[in-house]
Amino acid sequence: MTVYLNQKEFSTDAARLTVAEVISLNQLPTVGLAVAVNNKVVRKAEWQTTELAEGDKITVITAVCGG
Amino acid sequence: MEKLIIGGREFSSRLFVGTGKFSSNQLMSEAIAASGSQMVTVALKRIDTANREDDMLRHILRPDVQLLPNTSGVRNAAEAVLAAQLAREAFETDFIKLEIHPDPKYLLPDPIETLKATEELARLGFIVLPYIQADPVLCKRLEEAGTAAVMPLGAPIGTNKGIVVRDLLEIIIGESNVPVVVDAGLGAPSHAAEAMELGADAVLVNTAIAVAGDPVAMARAFAKGVEAGREAYEAGLGSRSKIARASSPLTSFLD
Repeated sequence: MTVYLNQKEFSTDAARLTVAEVISLNQLPTVGLAVAVNNKVVRKAEWQTTELAEGDKITVITAVCGG
Repeated sequence: MEKLIIGGREFSSRLFVGTGKFSSNQLMSEAIAASGSQMVTVALKRIDTANREDDMLRHILRPDVQLLPNTSGVRNAAEAVLAAQLAREAFETDFIKLEIHPDPKYLLPDPIETLKATEELARLGFIVLPYIQADPVLCKRLEEAGTAAVMPLGAPIGTNKGIVVRDLLEIIIGESNVPVVVDAGLGAPSHAAEAMELGADAVLVNTAIAVAGDPVAMARAFAKGVEAGREAYEAGLGSRSKIARASSPLTSFLD
């Protein structure tokens, strides 16, 4: 399956892929970040159960300095 | 000094600070501590999966500090609402600094999209602090929409010009039923003091502290400016006069 993680292609052999797996496979932290799939926020409690579809666009944001 | 309350949270410091433009996270952390601020802004970015950086949050998170995530980078109300929802999820707070400034030259906020976003975010239970131009009519419309505060600019972001919209700010402060936070353009502690003397409830400062020769000392100086201005406002400033009024008795003690 191929999805897009922050506009970069991310492919895996697995037929099924959850948000939680994308986070862990990319070794991302689990605190201080948030996830949207196709511009819809997926709450942390739902990461494990939210399955992705081919071509889904995943946005992962975190904090950066700003005023 | 009176305490400031926004979104049910009490703030003993009326100086809000931004975290942009510091030369290091360490210096930023020290400057925030020196400012005494209890409201600190943070922006959002897409995480770089290939290049992991130092987590800036650990430099600012303290029990007495309220994070104020901003929506900088969005171009319209719909993007702002998504950014706010992401921020709520990432930082576990309902506070949001709503800023929608599509024009990169002057970074002036779009009032129409800001009003639309405020209506939606207030409906979703956010504590909305919108960055706006010093427009008294817009402030009333935002109040009706359920904003928690209004944040009119003193001057465009990062210009250090001080308060170039003084007359309009006076109207906003006089008419507002929600806290007024003067945001952007304040370049010196005297500018912050001026805003507070006018009756602003708080000020938000970033660039002037971050780019100072000594940001930690400048943060302390701004804290003093804000405190002095607020104390003067609460004390009640004397009225202005066109003609001189003697402070010493003019009784003639010599014939």
